[in-house]
Order: sequence, then structure tokens, then C-alpha cells
Amino acid sequence: MKPQEYQQLVRENQPPRRTWRNVILAFVVGGSFSLIGQIVLDFVSGVERTTDEASAITLAIMILIGAVLTGLGIYDEIAEIGGAGAAVPITGFSNTVTAAAMEFRREGFILGMGAKMFVIAGPVLVYGILSGFLVALIKSVVLGYF
Amino acid sequence: MQYLIAFVVGGLICAAAQLVLEYTKLAPVHVLVGLTVLGAISAGIGIYEPFLQFAGAGALVPVSGFGSSITRGMLSEIKRLGWEGLFTGAFEITGLGLAAAVVFGSLMAIASRPRD
Amino acid sequence: MATRRVGGQTIFFEDLPKLVSAHTIVGKNEGQGPYSEYFDEILEDDLLGQPTAEKAERQILQQAVEQALSKYGLVPQDIQYYVSGDLLNQVISAVFSARNLAIPFLGIFSACGTFAQSLGLGSILLHGGFASKVLVATSSHYQTAERQYRYPIELNIQHRPTNQHTVTGAGACVLSADGEGPKITHVTFGRIVDMGLKDPNDMGSAMAPAAFDTLEKHLKDIECSPDHYDLILTGDLGRQGFKMLKIIAEKKGLALGTNLQDGGVLIYGEDPKYGAGASGAACSAVMTLGYGLSLLREGKIRRLLLVGTGALLNQLTVQQGDSIPTIAHAVAIEA
Repeated sequence: MKPQEYQQLVRENQPPRRTWRNVILAFVVGGSFSLIGQIVLDFVSGVERTTDEASAITLAIMILIGAVLTGLGIYDEIAEIGGAGAAVPITGFSNTVTAAAMEFRREGFILGMGAKMFVIAGPVLVYGILSGFLVALIKSVVLGYF
Repeated sequence: MQYLIAFVVGGLICAAAQLVLEYTKLAPVHVLVGLTVLGAISAGIGIYEPFLQFAGAGALVPVSGFGSSITRGMLSEIKRLGWEGLFTGAFEITGLGLAAAVVFGSLMAIASRPRD
Repeated sequence: MATRRVGGQTIFFEDLPKLVSAHTIVGKNEGQGPYSEYFDEILEDDLLGQPTAEKAERQILQQAVEQALSKYGLVPQDIQYYVSGDLLNQVISAVFSARNLAIPFLGIFSACGTFAQSLGLGSILLHGGFASKVLVATSSHYQTAERQYRYPIELNIQHRPTNQHTVTGAGACVLSADGEGPKITHVTFGRIVDMGLKDPNDMGSAMAPAAFDTLEKHLKDIECSPDHYDLILTGDLGRQGFKMLKIIAEKKGLALGTNLQDGGVLIYGEDPKYGAGASGAACSAVMTLGYGLSLLREGKIRRLLLVGTGALLNQLTVQQGDSIPTIAHAVAIEA
């Protein structure tokens, strides 16, 4: 049997994926995190002066929720059900940081936890900043902000 | 009503990400990076701001909101400081969340350990 | 000098090496599966109170080795060689477990096929007259494998239905030139088979062609049909790999019957939590030494063929876009 033939055979015989079930669960779980975020945002908006400050504090609280759920060993179970619904909200970002910190703490606080805390969240930061930088630069040049 | 909109919009963004995961071999982190970049760029073009006002936490909580915060922070700092804002602005809005992630993540790592 | 080879790839023994003593340890999850009664020891705590999972794995391996020796009234000095391996870099669990034994040590690696390889090599050492007793052991641990090959344990990952769950546990046995016990009759070491599959979330499909290659060669070499064996136990193909093995066999016209089973499919039962089933170096070890050996000893089966499968990948090869080379070794055991 040629490799190509076998690869074709494997593609044809993948187990059925419960795509729609997974998408709906992602919708529900991701929506629920957003709903919790909205409740927090409404509460914080009453106390804070600007919307930017209110959203920053909301994100921080969501990050706290994500970290606690991870520490309790619950977040990975939620992700097993919710998939992207657990990964995409900012709680999921918090989970990647906390999970890595917990995992690599065994190799010490400096070379383990310290060095590897952003092993998964790192790319999000790097490309968020790079793309933000580029688009802000272009916009500033075009609109003559400088 | 705002709660329903937040739920539906946040849910839809996650469902779209799940669809990408279902039909490709990409890892979740690829999708997260993609969404962050998308958020950062759309904030630059000026469409994330109205989206945030419409959907509230539905646009803020998904990681695309994090990306948009990076750009929004840069743009507001540029208006205040000039070109230095390109560099100081990245963490203007997101800094609080990042520091929170580091602090809470570390606390959890000390308090708890991984289990099956 | 006459060689003890038959066919192209198989070796046979005349003074049959005997499995005189064995001990299996499994973790909590495996202990809740349908085959728990076949395992000697089930852990309450997969970490055994150790600060790290790596330390826990080597202690599990060490305990299995000590028990396998003491069951037969042996001390390490009675053994001439310790052949052992695991899934971690530098087969480090095996190395640490060998430290206290203070006997010659051969550390080997075939990923999840390590147990079959060590059983084969141990038998050769015995039959060559280079030893009268050889100790063979293999271990794996869910947490250590997960962090080395995949992600942090608590990370938000939704497992795919083809993902497999690494078995926590260890199996150890003593091979002896004399004494009583199931005997090893043939060994067929496998070739590397690489069908160009790249998905680390579907190792079963990658390994199935290797399992088939070795199985087909073995049966051809000894000129027997599959029903010569009462049980053909593949190591850890999982449900997906097992399905692919049957499909390949059907295409190639090899009739595999109900005597074909897979350790990875069996150990956790149908629980969807474990995706396609189990994997890991301990999977084939505990299923062979626990389940297989009991059947042989109780006379429920007479001939067992272990086909230990291994996917030889690491994080770097996956990230660099390489395909997954795989291997399978077959060991025939007779009551």
C-alpha cells in the first residue's frame, strides 16, 4: 500500500465528529462567559469613571475567575465540553497562564514557573502587539497623528 | 436586553472559532492568535469600537477584545504623547489584565497543583 | 553456526525462556476500568505522595520491579541483566529505577512498543546463554507523558475522538532459563514504517500499518494463519488504530478474527472520556502481564501473540512538520 493510498484511507475512516454538537456547546459556554462578563461590566461601570477603566477591571475580574477555576481543576473539564467556548474568552487566556504556571512550578520558581508561564499565552501577546503596532502605525501616518 | 446581546455575540465568536477547529487541524492557540490579530486590526480600522458599544462584554470578553484593547490603547496614547504611544500604548488598557494573569496565575500555582 | 531464524524476520527459541514472575501496577483511572481484576496493584494516588509526577513514575516502576523479584524469592544479584525503558527523554524513569538495583542495565526505547522489544531482547540474552535470569520492565505515566509530548495538564484542551490517554502504571517480569511459567517461543522485531501521517492527535492510525507489517511478516515466517493464536494482542492502537488495522488486513486479504484484541481499546472500556482509548509504554506491559498471562496460566488460551506498537515522535518533529515513524515488535508466548 502506498502512503498516499493509506492517508486517503485514514481520511475516509475518521471517527464521526460531533461538529454541530461541539459548535452549539461552544456557543453556550462562550456565551455564558460573555454574560458573566456583562454582569461584571455593568456592576463595575457604576463605580468607575471611564469605559476603558471599566473594561480593564472587568477583564481583570474575568482573569481572576479563570485562574481560580483552573486552580480548582475545573477549567479543563469545562473546555472538554465547551471547546473554543472555553478557550476564546479571556478566562481561557488566564487558564493558559495559570495552567503553565502550575505545571512548570515543579522545575523551580525561576526556570520553571517564571520562564514558562507564557509558554502558551506568549504567541497571543506577541502577535496582538505586532498587529496592533502595525495597524496603529499605518493609521497614525495616514491620518497624520504625528 | 444587553445581557442577551452579550450572550449571543460572545457565543457566536466562540462558535465560529469552534467551526475552524472542527474543519482544520489547527491547534486552539492558532485560533486564539488569529482572533487577537483580527481584534487588533479591526480596532485600528475603527470598527471594533462601535461593536463594543453594541455588544458590550460579548465583544470585550472574547480574546479579540484583548487584541482590540492593544490597538485602542496605542491609538489613545499616540493622541496624548505622539509616536511614543506606539510603544507605551500596548499595555495601556491590557496591562491591568496581564498583571492580573501573572499574579493570579502565580498564586494558583503556589496554592494548587495539576491533577488528572 | 546455525542461525535460529525462520523466514525473513523471525527468530525462534529451542530452550524456551520462561516468564516465571510478573507484577503489574496501574493508576487510579486504569483501576476503574473493566480489566482491573487482572492487575496486581491499583494505586490510590497516582503521585504516590511524591512532589513530581516524574518521581512518582520511577517509583511505580521500582515497586513493580521489586515485587516481581520478591514474588519469586529473588534478589537483584540473582539477575544478570535489567532491560527496561519508558516514554520519557533519555528513558530516565528506567535509569533511575536501575540505580538501586546495581546490576547491568540496558535502557531501550520503542515508545509504546518498548515492552515487546525488551521482552524480545531479554529472551535473546537468555537463549544465547549470556544470562540465566533477566529482568524486564516498562512504565509510563499520564502526567509525565502529557507534559513532555503535549500540553500542561490543566490547559483548556478539548480532546479529539482519536486522542489516546497515556496509561499510568508499570509492568515488570522475570525471564528465566529454568523454572515454570509461560514460555516465549518466537520474536519478530519490526521495521520502521512511516506512511506519512502527521497528526499527533491520531497516533493509532499512524501505528496500524506497522502493526500489520510485523503481524503479516510473523505469520508468514512461521507459516501459520492468524487463528494459530488464541489471542493476538496489539499494544495500544486504540479504537481508531484498531479499526485501521482491520481495514488494512481486509484489503490485504488477511483474515483476522475475534482473537484479535487491542490493549488500548480494552483497558478503559467504552468510556468516551479517554477518546480512542489508552496508549503508553505501560499499556502493553500491564495488559500482557496482567490480562494475557492470567489467561495463559488459567489455561483459557494456549498461545498469545503480543504485537507491541510504538509511535516514534517528539514535540520537535511534530512542530517541524515531520511525519510519524512507527514500529511494532511481536513476541509469541505459549502456556
